[in-house]
Amino acid sequence: MEYFLTEEQQMIKELAARIADERIKPVAAELDEKGEFPWDLMKVLAESDLFGVWLPEEYGGLGGGVLEQVLVVEELSRACSGVAVSYAASGLGSYPILLFGSEEQKQKYLPDVASGAKLAAFGLTEANAGSDAGAIETTAVLDGDHYVLNGTKQWITNGGEAEIYTVIAMTDKSKGSRGASAFIVEKGTPGFSFGKKEDKMGIRASATRELIFEDCRIPKENLLGREGMGFIVAMRTLDMTRPGIGAQAVGIAQGALDVALAYARERKQFGQPIASFQAVGHMLADMATEIEAARALVYAVARTIDSGAKDFSKESAMAKVFASDVAMRVTTDAVQILGGYGYMKEYPVEKMMRDAKITQIYEGTNQIQRNVISLELIKQAARKR
Amino acid sequence: MGGIKVDLDLCTGCSVCADHCPFGAIEVKDDKAVITDICTICGACIDSCSFGALSREAEEAASPVPDSSGVWVFAEQIGGAIAPVVYELLGEARKLAESTGSEVGAVLFGSSMQDAANDLIAHGADRVYLLDDANFADYHDELYAAALADLIQEEKPEIMLLGATTIGRSLAPRVAARVGTGLTADCTGLAVNPETGLLEQTRPAFGGNIMATIICPRHRPQMATVRPKVFQAAPKDPARKGEIVNLKSPEVALRSRLLERVREQAENVNLDEADIIVAGGRGLADEKGFKLLSELAEALGGAVGASRAAVDAGWISYPHQVGQTGKTVSPKLYIACGISGAIQHLAGMQSAETIVAINKNPDAPIFQVAHYGIVGDVFEVIPALIRELK
Amino acid sequence: MQIIVCLKQVPDTTEVRINPETNTLMREGVASVINPFDMYAIEEALRIKESLGEGEVTVLSMGPPQAEASLREALSMGADKAVLLSDRAFAGADSLATAYTLAAGVAKLGEFGLVICGKQAIDGDTAQVGPSLAEQLDVPHATYVRKVQSLEDNKIVVERMTEDGYEVIELALPALITVLKDINQPRLPSLKGKMRAKKAEIPVWGKEDLDVDEKLCGLAGSPTQVVKIFTPERTRECRLIEGSAEEQAKVLASELKKII
Repeated sequence: MEYFLTEEQQMIKELAARIADERIKPVAAELDEKGEFPWDLMKVLAESDLFGVWLPEEYGGLGGGVLEQVLVVEELSRACSGVAVSYAASGLGSYPILLFGSEEQKQKYLPDVASGAKLAAFGLTEANAGSDAGAIETTAVLDGDHYVLNGTKQWITNGGEAEIYTVIAMTDKSKGSRGASAFIVEKGTPGFSFGKKEDKMGIRASATRELIFEDCRIPKENLLGREGMGFIVAMRTLDMTRPGIGAQAVGIAQGALDVALAYARERKQFGQPIASFQAVGHMLADMATEIEAARALVYAVARTIDSGAKDFSKESAMAKVFASDVAMRVTTDAVQILGGYGYMKEYPVEKMMRDAKITQIYEGTNQIQRNVISLELIKQAARKR
Repeated sequence: MGGIKVDLDLCTGCSVCADHCPFGAIEVKDDKAVITDICTICGACIDSCSFGALSREAEEAASPVPDSSGVWVFAEQIGGAIAPVVYELLGEARKLAESTGSEVGAVLFGSSMQDAANDLIAHGADRVYLLDDANFADYHDELYAAALADLIQEEKPEIMLLGATTIGRSLAPRVAARVGTGLTADCTGLAVNPETGLLEQTRPAFGGNIMATIICPRHRPQMATVRPKVFQAAPKDPARKGEIVNLKSPEVALRSRLLERVREQAENVNLDEADIIVAGGRGLADEKGFKLLSELAEALGGAVGASRAAVDAGWISYPHQVGQTGKTVSPKLYIACGISGAIQHLAGMQSAETIVAINKNPDAPIFQVAHYGIVGDVFEVIPALIRELK
Repeated sequence: MQIIVCLKQVPDTTEVRINPETNTLMREGVASVINPFDMYAIEEALRIKESLGEGEVTVLSMGPPQAEASLREALSMGADKAVLLSDRAFAGADSLATAYTLAAGVAKLGEFGLVICGKQAIDGDTAQVGPSLAEQLDVPHATYVRKVQSLEDNKIVVERMTEDGYEVIELALPALITVLKDINQPRLPSLKGKMRAKKAEIPVWGKEDLDVDEKLCGLAGSPTQVVKIFTPERTRECRLIEGSAEEQAKVLASELKKII
């Protein structure tokens, strides 16, 4: 469909697509099997300037926004969403700095993110604080010129690989979620270590680890915004990045449809390609229709955000929920169309099905997203009265 | 300048010629065919037009063709041994010489090559131009090009054939440019047209998807490099008589030198000369698959080839790669194992005499060029085949 | 040092298909790309420039006006300058006439240290333009280069692949090399490179701009002529061998023994 992309956006999309097809696709199965972090591909993405598409030019970026980032994530996800999420998580980890950082913090950290010289990661989730971000147990205590961090963050994408971490920790437990604050922590800071790499069902190329803070002292100036803003930092960041999860889902689904369609045209049963059977044809039609609807929503939300809208939690959640549910359905159907072959690791669709599942879970489960959407609906209705 | 002419009265704008043009050089505008700048005047469209609307424009008054006679062969040698393709060239040169009523000449550069010169005579040369000099022991682009170009300008052969080998394909263009004549690369067919007396040189293009017949009407010699293993080697007749003409070394100020020649130990990599090639692709899964393949190659006494996918995956080194970005081969037997048969791979091997394909996927395009097909698991079929061969 | 890369725009043969009914090439919708071997040439030129820490990479192509797109792609990878040689008089050139015109283009570009070409173009497959150009520029050349060992003191040392190994050859500069796929992995363009390339001016030089004799250019200057193009017969019937792996192997082995 025609999405009226600018020439520059078209260029970004084409370059990301080329990297996906030429560099990622040939190694996707291997990365999945070995669960290796794709440093080579991160380097390719860095050299092609894609890490900076969403960052302002004054920090070495190309001056785009959420839509530009979404275009890249979608294209990369067609080939391997494990690679795509490693790329996207660097954005997730640096959005807090762009949104709430001081000029000094931005100058210090963002150019390296834009060039891809350093990856970033975002540390919010804990063992007992998943959807309930108010239950965070990691603490940060001011001691002279330093904050002292203690606690453990769990399932952090790019954990151990990234150099720059934005971490949410409690500065005043008595205030609940309003007692949380956001900090920048650099890899290599004494007292900051990593847990073992998680063995995941999907997105296996990406690295997921615990962040462990044991009396980790970070300079006071690494606080983002003010004390007590941590929860807002986290929510505003996730509002910005949820369309990215939507894009990831759209990309996975598109990749699965591409494989299923090619297979259905080639595979012959009863003397004719299975694509000519209505049962299969209708499945393909539904898959394509749902993907296009998801894409349209993701792009529209990204554009809404880029246009300077103030409140977009609901829309952002919608993009994520809808696209990820589509990805799950489409990849499941793709496996079905490939039949026994689809169930085998030799064909890429079973991986896509495993990869799709996480998009319904992370950056807020789809259940939490629906809470957000319904709550906003009720609030808005109440306001109208 | 000659070109393709469209007779606008006859052209119906049916666009059949545009479909037939291998270069995409014909557009149909306002219901008439238009020949664009990328036309190479190959003439494919002329035959395709049912209305006779296309023709070759008349050439300008032809300049006289220089006097020349003799069919020559460049007798490439490596380490003192004559390259096998040379005997094939001699066989073909004899046929051409007979149809033009001329002599076969062989040009041999090297060091202590007297016996080899006699061997060339035994294989059909009437005259051997021998440059026996220590400086010529190893191939050297500048030295060889100077010596061969001087000789051609002196003796004026009508036809000059070289093997389409690493050496031949480096030397021939340099020499052709120096003497200012045409050169056809990697020919698989040669014939003298009895009416025009011209050498018709046929070669594959577009990765073997089309064949082109090329002539060199007004320049001499008519030069071509010829693909190894396409023509029959000339039989040896020790009783044959011929003349050896000794040449002097040319004076050349050299700007390049050979520092080292390295033979790589892998014996199964000389694909150009192998009669049997066993090649593997993505279906071999990893390096171990290639170990199995090497065993099969050994059992057959052949070399090991590979598809681009296997080379890119790092399972085997680049010199083994067959196809568009690798080598083009024409062995007697080519066994493709776990190779799906992408068009680029087919380009490198479809002229093999016998092709066997072993692949799990019955729809793999490799079966379209294969003479024998086995739909099955390479890891079951190859070990069974090795046992059978032993 | 100026490094000149010669490139050719070719149809993307991965997309060329044979029409099984008419036995002709189907070119509809086939995109044009930089000849794959020339991509290695561009990459090698960029690497040499990077390792020298100085110099300029110029890409040069002869072809129809559309070939400009390929030159832009080379610029987006990092080449500094691009020139297109395009003129009706250059059309229909064989390898000798092509090399003649390219040599005139190189001469106009001024002093150079190295010319790099791909091993061959995938449409014509002749591999002749490189050595022919070297001759017409009167510089030494090496074909089938798989590695540049060093470049210093006005000399380049390269490894040239042979049938059974490789040769190490030293060439005095200026020189010309043709490169293989093995030599490197070409980089992808960068976004900044693409934006720069989009705006770049690419001069187009015709016969008036070059010091050429028109009679030696294009079709007029080509000693060879294509007289016929045809599609090879494809009447091959594949004999499928059925049965278990053991049975298949047995039948195949007996067939193979007849051949070898």
